Amino acid sequence: MIQGTLDINTEKKLCYHCGETCPDDSYSKGDKLFCCLGCKTVYEILEEKDLCNYYTFDNTPGQNQKAKAIRNYDFLEDSGVKSKFISFSNGKTALVNFIIPNMHCSSCIWILEHLYRFNPAILSSRVNFLRKSIAITFDETRIKLKEIVSILDSIGYEPLLNLEGVSTADHSENRSLYYKIGIAGFCFGNIMMLSFPEYLALGDPQDLYLRKIFSYINVVLSLPVFFYGASDYFVSAWKGIRKRIVNIDIPIALGVLVLFLRSLIEIVAGIGPGYLDSLSGLIFFLLIGRVFQNKTYEWLNFERNYRSYFPISVHIVLKDGTESSMAVEKIEPGTRALIRNNEIIPADSILIKGLGKIDYSFVTGEAAPADIQNGEFIYAGGRQAGSAIEVEFVKSVSHSYLTQLWNNYLYSGEKESRTTQLANNVSKYFTPAIILLASGAAVYNYFIHPALIWDAFTAVLIVACPCALALSTPFTLGNALRILAKNKFFMKNTVALESLSEIDHVVFDKTGTITEPGRSDLKYFGINLTDELKQAIKALVKNSSHPLSKAIFDNIDIETQIIPENYTEEPGKGISGTVGDITIMLGSQDFVGNYLRKSSPHAPEHTTSVYVSIDGSVFGYFYINNHYRQGLSTIKKYFRKSAAISILSGDNDTESKNLQELLGEDVELRFKQSPFDKLDYIRTLQAKRKKVLMFGDGLNDAGALRQSDVGISVSQDVNNFSPASDGILSADSFEKIPIFFDFIISAKKIIIVSFAISFFYNLIGIFFGFSGQLTPLVAAVLMPLSSISVVIFTTVAVSAAARKNGIL
Amino acid sequence: MSVILILIGFSLLVALGFLGAFIWAVKNGQFDDRYTPSIRILFDERKEKVKEEKKINSTKQS
Repeated sequence: MIQGTLDINTEKKLCYHCGETCPDDSYSKGDKLFCCLGCKTVYEILEEKDLCNYYTFDNTPGQNQKAKAIRNYDFLEDSGVKSKFISFSNGKTALVNFIIPNMHCSSCIWILEHLYRFNPAILSSRVNFLRKSIAITFDETRIKLKEIVSILDSIGYEPLLNLEGVSTADHSENRSLYYKIGIAGFCFGNIMMLSFPEYLALGDPQDLYLRKIFSYINVVLSLPVFFYGASDYFVSAWKGIRKRIVNIDIPIALGVLVLFLRSLIEIVAGIGPGYLDSLSGLIFFLLIGRVFQNKTYEWLNFERNYRSYFPISVHIVLKDGTESSMAVEKIEPGTRALIRNNEIIPADSILIKGLGKIDYSFVTGEAAPADIQNGEFIYAGGRQAGSAIEVEFVKSVSHSYLTQLWNNYLYSGEKESRTTQLANNVSKYFTPAIILLASGAAVYNYFIHPALIWDAFTAVLIVACPCALALSTPFTLGNALRILAKNKFFMKNTVALESLSEIDHVVFDKTGTITEPGRSDLKYFGINLTDELKQAIKALVKNSSHPLSKAIFDNIDIETQIIPENYTEEPGKGISGTVGDITIMLGSQDFVGNYLRKSSPHAPEHTTSVYVSIDGSVFGYFYINNHYRQGLSTIKKYFRKSAAISILSGDNDTESKNLQELLGEDVELRFKQSPFDKLDYIRTLQAKRKKVLMFGDGLNDAGALRQSDVGISVSQDVNNFSPASDGILSADSFEKIPIFFDFIISAKKIIIVSFAISFFYNLIGIFFGFSGQLTPLVAAVLMPLSSISVVIFTTVAVSAAARKNGIL
Repeated sequence: MSVILILIGFSLLVALGFLGAFIWAVKNGQFDDRYTPSIRILFDERKEKVKEEKKINSTKQS
């Protein structure tokens, strides 16, 4: 196995660390090739510490280190910041928790649990892979937090450091469910065993006292099930009654209560053995259904806000010119800070020094970076793309324009938790129906067998207890959730999944959601370029790191090895240079302005275009537009059948024509939408009683995502930041949206069929109940049988539906 | 037949023992992470060196 991979690695020249193709042999060590210096450095660190075992658990386990920036962790010296991560400290040993997004394979677990090899002051480290978290115990007197983070960073596992800190795992809810299942299972098994003689009518008549003792043991065993195991159902039913909502837990609680009371009366009065086995079995099955429903993706966070996007500290510049770091929460108007390439501006500010090239794509949805001049305003959340700048903050973090979105009433409380609608809707009719039926049975027996009135009334309530009904939704949707997650579509919970089938208006954000960030389509207009000129242009743009240069470079598919002379770059304007004997200038209209004649081609106003000037005459321009994700028009056609579609964009309307062509006239397009406009738009739709589904990606969509009935954030990498939402969709799976929706709709049909199955069992039971013949044996067979058949049906049917749609 | 009562008493005690063990396991956090331990068990500490040498040998042979 290892042999095989080594051969492949040398043949295809894959990086030994991360598995990417190596451009050449320039980074190698022994017989191992690396794609970049970063990967090689990580390998060298591991080799030095004798940790090369890392490479044996998984092939090329490393993360690509090409884009690695040198980071400064001085802010971790600050005690306020430190306390966010350190969960325990006694002055000597301390425990720190981090989330490590890069964790993805068994090699990662291995290396992260061997951190003590890097520094003996790290006492131990333990990984929770599902949460992607690591807990590190270390000797505070011998190593600083900053050094630990540097070690992690040096081997390619940069921890997530943001304002939110790390929420320490709260397992209490999950654990209490396990306790309940354990106890209910224990009691269920033992009660069943003690009821066996009763089922088979065993035993001598003279051993009657034994039966009595067994029954009393059963009562004792059923107490924890009734009072502890079933408590959630009583609480939920009570809440429902107080809110005057008939939820599914009301008939369950009623059935359980009647089961328990009737059994108690029968046992005490010596009439019979009661139905305690059915009671405990019922609770046991219901609790198992709850585990299915509660399945969550712990490593995904659906509640993120701006705090997890913003940096944790900034480099402030003091009046005397010295630099130091400061937690962003302490930023006050007037503070000056240094923002380096790729850093985020945490609060509204004014540019003081340097050339601002701010990428607002995540904040406003504008695709192209904005050029900011000295003294101009910069909104919080922008990302500097270029050399370092100095800014002066004019507002604190929480009062900035964008963060005001979170001061909105939307965020004052938790999003109102919706309950499973389908089952509750059924319950609305089901509950009165069984009460009517039970009374009917009593009336019927009043005329036929007056002695059986009480028996018949309670028997109907018991046997109609909608256990199978309550199980069908969690099992169907729990299973669907799991299958969707395999296809990189993660829903927060089954309730959100259920709401998806009722959508009648779909809203898409443009930038980053239906367009692919960092990719653009390039068209050239003007005098045709010869291959020689194309080569020359490619050679020139190779030198520039500007995104537009990169786009041009990627779009010219002729190889070139020429190196231009006299290369100059005027930031924010353009580049120029000589290739061979051709002088080329590439840049904005102003940049080539001297050579622009009336006869030269002119790019339309307000578009992103790059003019090409060769030897002093403008040849033409590159017109750059957004690259739309694959499958967009299919998705549009799919939703058009059942829903209206709108597209909201923070960008200007240059793409309007393009989008209309792609999607047709019947799609509403809105441009220049602020985050607040988006939110209001969703509200207006909802006021018209629309069920809105919103797809978004950035912070600017956060309000709209939260307001909409279902908000789904589309993310290039699901581990990265995505705003609070009901679901996270990996961008790779974007084109599969119609398939997912078909699947969700079949899941809903499956629930309805399983309701029918459970009603069928109820009918059989009610027949027994009416005649007052519900023996404990019948109840003990019928109830688990209905539950199990519903569970089997839903599981098999959901898998079949997934296979039919090709997602399993 | 009263011997059966003693037997039932014992069987309940044994079952309670298991229930206790389960509750202890949940409390101990064994159900909090049901994935990582299954990987962790595959890492053998002592044999690291040997493995590494084997790997080098097999590379040389090819």
